[in-house]
Amino acid sequence: MPMPADATRLLTLRPEGLYCPEGDFFIDPMRPVPRALITHGHSDHARSGHGAVLASAQTLDIMAIRYGEGFASATQAAEGPVTLGGVEVRFHPAGHVLGSCQIEVRAAGVNAVVSGDYSRVPNPACAAFEPVPCDLFVTEATFALPVFHHPPPGDEIARLLASVAAFPERAHLIGAYALGKAQRVIMLLRQAGYDAPIYIHGALQRLCDYHLEQGIPLGDLRPATMDKAEAKTLRGAVVIAPPSAFASPWVQRFTDPVIAFASGWMQIRARARQRGVELPLVISDHVDWPDLTRTLRELNPAEFWITHGRDDALMRWAELEQRRARPLHLVGYEDEAE
Amino acid sequence: MKAFADLLERLAFTPGRNAKLALLERFFREVPDPDRGYALAVLTGGLETGQAKPALLRALVGERVDAELFAMSYDFVGDLAETIALIWPARGPLRDVPLTEVVEGLARAGKAEVPGLMARWLDALGPSERLALIKLVTGGLRVGISARLAQTGLARIGTIPVEDIGELWAGFTPPYTPLFRWLEGGPRPEVTARAPFRPVMLSTPLTEDDLAALDPAEFAAEWKWDGIRVQAVAEGGTARLYTRTGEDISASFPDIVSRMDFDGALDGELLVRRGDDVAPFADLQKRLGRKAPGKAMLASHPAALRLYDLLLWQGDDLRALSWSDRRARLERAVAGLDPGHFDLSPRLRFADWEELAALRADPPAAVIEGVMLKRLDSAYVAGRPRGPWFKWKRAPMVVDAVILYAQRGHGKRSGFYSDFTFGLWDGERLVPVGKAYSGFTDEELNKLDRFVRANTIDRFGPVRSLKPALVVEVAFEGLNRSTRHKSGVAMRFPRISRIRWDKPAAEADHLTALTDILDEAGA
Repeated sequence: MPMPADATRLLTLRPEGLYCPEGDFFIDPMRPVPRALITHGHSDHARSGHGAVLASAQTLDIMAIRYGEGFASATQAAEGPVTLGGVEVRFHPAGHVLGSCQIEVRAAGVNAVVSGDYSRVPNPACAAFEPVPCDLFVTEATFALPVFHHPPPGDEIARLLASVAAFPERAHLIGAYALGKAQRVIMLLRQAGYDAPIYIHGALQRLCDYHLEQGIPLGDLRPATMDKAEAKTLRGAVVIAPPSAFASPWVQRFTDPVIAFASGWMQIRARARQRGVELPLVISDHVDWPDLTRTLRELNPAEFWITHGRDDALMRWAELEQRRARPLHLVGYEDEAE
Repeated sequence: MKAFADLLERLAFTPGRNAKLALLERFFREVPDPDRGYALAVLTGGLETGQAKPALLRALVGERVDAELFAMSYDFVGDLAETIALIWPARGPLRDVPLTEVVEGLARAGKAEVPGLMARWLDALGPSERLALIKLVTGGLRVGISARLAQTGLARIGTIPVEDIGELWAGFTPPYTPLFRWLEGGPRPEVTARAPFRPVMLSTPLTEDDLAALDPAEFAAEWKWDGIRVQAVAEGGTARLYTRTGEDISASFPDIVSRMDFDGALDGELLVRRGDDVAPFADLQKRLGRKAPGKAMLASHPAALRLYDLLLWQGDDLRALSWSDRRARLERAVAGLDPGHFDLSPRLRFADWEELAALRADPPAAVIEGVMLKRLDSAYVAGRPRGPWFKWKRAPMVVDAVILYAQRGHGKRSGFYSDFTFGLWDGERLVPVGKAYSGFTDEELNKLDRFVRANTIDRFGPVRSLKPALVVEVAFEGLNRSTRHKSGVAMRFPRISRIRWDKPAAEADHLTALTDILDEAGA
């Protein structure tokens, strides 16, 4: 096994974010930098205003959709190995959302993998997480507490459909983030055989269209921008909207809706209650505790770093497993901004 | 267990009564016997629980999970049962343990067997079923389902009226198989319960317009006491005290039940009474909160019944008689009861409505909420018929308060800011005094929602903090001192009676408007 010092030399922490000195670039920086490598299109990882951006073609498209074509001075789609300064960079699927990648940095026979956000649960919108053997693994810890065991998403969709059957006169409004979660819920519904029209809030339109362009079928989608009289006819319909819409007057057009929210946080009742959710759906695009610890055991890196989330619990796990770990306390990676 | 856990989870997050009933109905229709019957028993508190204490479960989980990881998780989740349910390491193979297996297994198990049983079940169940199991065995099941609501849900699976179910309810025991057979078209079972609950007769509110059409000579009047309406039934050596929805609260009131040495069914108000003085509702609330009150509590907060009516007496069913006849028999019956714990609700003498209105406006005690009017010829009938009995409440107290915080509502009010926290001036500061959710029209709700959105100064999760700019008149039925509220007072049934778009916040009332009322009442 190579000495850990060799791999940890590849990455360091700067105020802007995680930095590779030998390649002179940042990965998912929180502030504008001359050269950024981006793991995926969620707004806390992919920000606008960088000089050059290297990311998957889909992540670049998503950034252009969100920030406009001029979101960076120069862009390059990652295909195959790319040499930057003294290091070689490769992108590997992360299984999180459409276009999401892990970034592998290799030099002098050692490598580090920055996973970004990742999931091990199959998701038809993106390629499955690829375990890349590495000396240093940089992981998220969003759901790094042993209480997080996300149930199979199909079970949660079955609960949603049971509720639609039990309350056929009430529209079911599902809160879901615009990139990834919304399309995931739609695809899961289609997989479960639900082929009625699904109504989407205007803020989801462009990213749903982009999924279609990428060859990901979502079935019959219709805009949920109707007026109150039309909304009344949506009895028993499934409507998907970003979480922020639930605080806006948009909701008022629906008569006695069932408020649902699709998120890994819904596993905790207090979180569901705080949001005024009537039907919490535990659907996550991050690794839960069993998948996170399984991944770390499987990759068995000489050292792993924790970018954000519940690093205290994961550090305790590392101690019990006698694994070398370090928390980075990166501020600014949260759930996607609403 | 899966269907039961799903039901509990939906009930816990569903605020609307109709939605709750729909969930209950669906459950009772779909789940087979005896699981549904045991579920009914769990929901209505008809099962002995508490076989496993939280400490036992903590010990079990401690054998399986690192203590530090558990502590971090508990800290994050905030609820012990939920933490254990979520963190329990799945050992499979998963099996949907039937609720019946749990209930009957626990009933048979000796104390030493409980930990092994629990561990085996927890290993076989998924997280939400584990939570249901833990809440069930620790008795910490707070789903907010009254026996009456469960019975109403039950009634929907067939054509039997809920009043009939209520009348026979006490005659059934878990898992209620004959009850379900009856509801689904089988024969009406013979009542075998001792001292069962009889459906209660309720009154409707009286308006001033109603009054003009009524003849004072046809009515009797009594005070409307501010306690809780109960039914005391003693038959064949069994004595039980029921709420008006048929919940058995005998265990909480041994001071009453031990003195029910009669044979009959009495209707009255449960109060805390010291000598002739009836204590404020808050004192009764203390008793209601205790499942098994201690000696000190029984001495400091003695309970008593103030009697209104007599349904059965020494084997005779009196419900078809007129109120006047029943009243005469009630007066004779009370004479034989312990005067320390049973007395008669006095009949008010009045010649015309003006005289009664004057009595209502100035009652002799603070715990009187108004007056009751009962037709002299009225039979005792179940339910809430309009006409024979009226409640004529005192005009509520009002105070002008400032809206401080708002939260969005549920169901039909989804997306609308409809839940308000209001405050009163305390010197230069506004202190929160209470919350109000009702009293306004749909049109006013729209205006209130727009006001909230335009005047938000801060957000705390779902709560919006508002510029103190809107005054509302808050009506309420009573007032108690409270150590739980920052203001030191707690209102009963506060609601918004008028929105004072015209009134500046500086002219809202001061907290002393409430504390003065309490001081005057000597509370």
